[in-house]
Amino acid sequence: MKPPPFAYAAPATLDEAVGLLTEHAEAEPRVLAGGQSLIPLMNFRLAKPGFLVDLRNVAGLTGIRRAEDEQGDVLAIGAMTTLAELERSPEVAVAAPLLAEAVGLIAHTPVRNRGTIGGSLAHADPAADLPAVALASDAELVAAGPGGSRRIPAAEFGRGPFSTALTPEEILTEVRLPVWPGGHAYVKFSRIHANFGVVGVAALAELDGDRIGRAALAVTGVAPTAIRATAAEQALAGTEAADVAATAATAARAAVAGLTPAGDLHASGPTRVDLARTYLRRGIELAVARARNER
Amino acid sequence: MPPRTCTISLTVNGQPHVAEVEPRRLLVDFLREDLGLTGTHIGCEHGVCGTCTVLLDGASAHSCIVLAVQADGADISTVEGLARDGELNPLQDEFAAKQGLQCGYCTPGMLMRATEILAGNPDPTPGQVREAIASNLCRCTGYQFITEAVVGAAARMRTEKEVAS
Repeated sequence: MKPPPFAYAAPATLDEAVGLLTEHAEAEPRVLAGGQSLIPLMNFRLAKPGFLVDLRNVAGLTGIRRAEDEQGDVLAIGAMTTLAELERSPEVAVAAPLLAEAVGLIAHTPVRNRGTIGGSLAHADPAADLPAVALASDAELVAAGPGGSRRIPAAEFGRGPFSTALTPEEILTEVRLPVWPGGHAYVKFSRIHANFGVVGVAALAELDGDRIGRAALAVTGVAPTAIRATAAEQALAGTEAADVAATAATAARAAVAGLTPAGDLHASGPTRVDLARTYLRRGIELAVARARNER
Repeated sequence: MPPRTCTISLTVNGQPHVAEVEPRRLLVDFLREDLGLTGTHIGCEHGVCGTCTVLLDGASAHSCIVLAVQADGADISTVEGLARDGELNPLQDEFAAKQGLQCGYCTPGMLMRATEILAGNPDPTPGQVREAIASNLCRCTGYQFITEAVVGAAARMRTEKEVAS
């Protein structure tokens, strides 16, 4: 189908964009980034915003740079940076390989050419991969609003399916990912290659000598938003890295204990739990192996 | 409220165009209905099948999930721009010679995606071509002849480039 009618503006500055969202609140405006999720929803008429504020002319919302802040060494990525740019970036490959691996599994090139990191995070599809990457990475999301700019921890960003901590007048401007010194893995199960994942797992593992010093794990597809698998993180901390085959299985079981996700046409609830356990185990094993330079 | 239509200027297959469009006009409908370039086909209308693939500033895009207003200032290439002076380009020629199409519905999108693939990698393996054209659905051919056509075109384009240099 075709989108229903809406008014449109492509302002040149962030202040103007925030002003338009505030001024046209009654039209239930939406921010347009790459449009790779929003426009299909509008074509289906599942989303009917009366006003679109397109960020394409706003300067300063793209680019990838290393920065130092109170979080330490971070990779700061402009919200309008496309997935294709992330995929090609040597900086991302070095400083945020978890992000690079996840992006490579999102849809196909034509979608990655236009879809943006900020658009995906703000859209907050419960099956999307980037919320899990942000969550496992302890990312901070920078939002600009009428009162200025604020940083939102990834753990507080997702509120539910298609729902985030952003207020209607706020615009996501930057994603700040702390640089992780250890191993990484993004693994997911899709019914068809490059489709949305039924379950996705973001795994990070840092060694402390021969032991796993710290693990960070996030899972999609088993709750209304991506969630941290804290029980598995705790089960792994301090264990021998060489024993990961056994400890990963135990940790994955701990992570899914008590989860009762709703089923849908892609997978039943119990299937999602089984998949989460399997992909957590694979993700942990791969992240630890990479931390040990084995894979 | 802002005006109900927007003025856009863009280049399509080297031709500059200035047009007045409703914001909700999809790029694919702008190309087909407003410019009469019906070579770009419409398939799923939600960015899954790849039939409507065009190049936007050299990068493939599903024109059914791009608004025409988003293409303001852009350089668009469609299937109509591939042939030169009535001569099919090597990709089109190889699709015909190797029977890389049956019904032809997916072909314009396949050709534009293949154009992007070969611009990025002039010598792809069949496996790389199969992986890359996974973005475009074809319900007739089983992809085998399409893959052979793209690999064949790549070889011809490399030879032509060598001859030219």
